[in-house]
Amino acid sequence: MSPTLVRLIYLGAAVLFITGLKQLQSPETARQGNRISAIGMLVAIIVTLLDQHIVGYGTIAAGMVVGSALGLWLAYTVKMTSMPQMVALLNGFGGGASLLVAIAEFLHARHDGVMQPVDVAISTHLGVLIGAVTLTGSLIAWAKLQEVMSGKPIVFPMQKTFNGTMLVVVLVLTGWLATSGTAPDGAFWAIVTISLVLGVTLVIPIGGADMPVVISLLNSYSGIAGAMTGFIIQNEVLVVSGALVGSSGIILSQMMCKAMNRSLANVLFGAFGAAAGKSTRTSAGLAVKETNVEEAALQLAYAQSVIVVPGYGLAVAQAQHQVRELTELVEKRGGTVKFAIHPVAGRMPGHMNVLLAEANVPYDKLVDMDDINPEFERTDVCLVIGANDVVNPAARTDPSSPIFGMPILNADLAKRCIVMKRGMSAGFAGIENELFYGDRTQMLFGDAKGTLTKLVAEVKQV
Amino acid sequence: MTESLISMIVVFVLATYLGAALIGRVPPTLHTPLMSGANAVSGITVVGAMLVAGAGFGWLSSVLGFLAIVFAMMNVAGGYAVTDRMLEMFKKSPTGGAK
Repeated sequence: MSPTLVRLIYLGAAVLFITGLKQLQSPETARQGNRISAIGMLVAIIVTLLDQHIVGYGTIAAGMVVGSALGLWLAYTVKMTSMPQMVALLNGFGGGASLLVAIAEFLHARHDGVMQPVDVAISTHLGVLIGAVTLTGSLIAWAKLQEVMSGKPIVFPMQKTFNGTMLVVVLVLTGWLATSGTAPDGAFWAIVTISLVLGVTLVIPIGGADMPVVISLLNSYSGIAGAMTGFIIQNEVLVVSGALVGSSGIILSQMMCKAMNRSLANVLFGAFGAAAGKSTRTSAGLAVKETNVEEAALQLAYAQSVIVVPGYGLAVAQAQHQVRELTELVEKRGGTVKFAIHPVAGRMPGHMNVLLAEANVPYDKLVDMDDINPEFERTDVCLVIGANDVVNPAARTDPSSPIFGMPILNADLAKRCIVMKRGMSAGFAGIENELFYGDRTQMLFGDAKGTLTKLVAEVKQV
Repeated sequence: MTESLISMIVVFVLATYLGAALIGRVPPTLHTPLMSGANAVSGITVVGAMLVAGAGFGWLSSVLGFLAIVFAMMNVAGGYAVTDRMLEMFKKSPTGGAK
């Protein structure tokens, strides 16, 4: 096949990726879009097999079979609650693949005794840097999410200085290797080693709760690493795909940061709460109103409109199915039910939506924060399950609160708010929640799954 | 800088903006499948890996290429499959109203 034709077919594959992404703009076409994207990948792979530079197929076939089998096994066995870990792992593998290709290209040039052209050499070393950081950084993110390692930030003295210095060393070595034919192989292996270490030291100081931002960012890096591979082997389809993934990850990281009212720099380099002062307001002298299952069931049964605010606690308790059952009962009695989804409700962007979709909650009932907030005032009952900081009105009203300015769901504005909670412990941010002490709020204590099961039984009897 | 490098940089920059424009319009409800789908797309590195593994550069290149293909194909196969699995679960309310 002529090189021109091959390049045009690669362009066709890139168009299929873009079309697939475009169809992801609506849940109705998303599945088809994913398949179109997969066809693009198949086309790119087949065309590569026909490339005249390829002389042996054994290694390729073996790698394809092993990789596909492992990938499919992961895809069909992973639990939806573990999706952030899965994405973290895949990010890492993407970075790892780019790293290996970059190493192989360098060794090949050295073996032939030729010097890589300066641009290719720079792409190679940057590919190593980004690929290696993505690989080890993602493995750390995975370990924190999987709780193999503590989610607490790990800091050591002069950490930022260390990271900064290492980065400068890598760039200096890159310049040396790219411009001097006499630079030893050792300089290259130093880049590889330092980059692998850098991935670890960049991610360990970031707390477990900030992992959604980190995996979005590593998602972006894995794309940029792919684009670097494209620069190395001079292939546009890799550059286009890598750039698409790179920008996607960056945008998602920004959205997550906005939802937490923090800057990306603050997430990456500042331990949470270190700079923020303590809120001056305390719960002293305030009392919560407690309710019971019977009373809560009555309120839900006669409500015309209900908004459910699910938090990660709901997913931990695996109580999505009970919630769906409860909301179906309310709807059968003529009420309307919507779910208010805060952008950081789950462990990664859109995670809560997937968990509810798995429990057969229709996606048109899941409403984003900005769209649902004006509706709380008109809502009879707001049911908060396992959410805390994302419904804390202090974010709106208390400038001394560490979460002041963070966008929240206005659960406190609903006519009545029932908060389901295990006990009175503070949320992740460790701050008091004024919602619990509000006039319209009633607390329903107990574990989410058990209480919901009882609620379902009670509403049935009303 | 060579012509080809400049045109690659142009492609990279334009594709980045195109990606930003497309992703900005993906509803938050689909952000998790978007990320796993993006994982699959970044598996395009498999093209580079195949060229390394199959070019007959010697055993070391073959080993590195083999591992790179395994990693990239895990992204491709795992990414597309898990995205499909998730998107399959996204269902609209039954329009009939009756249950």
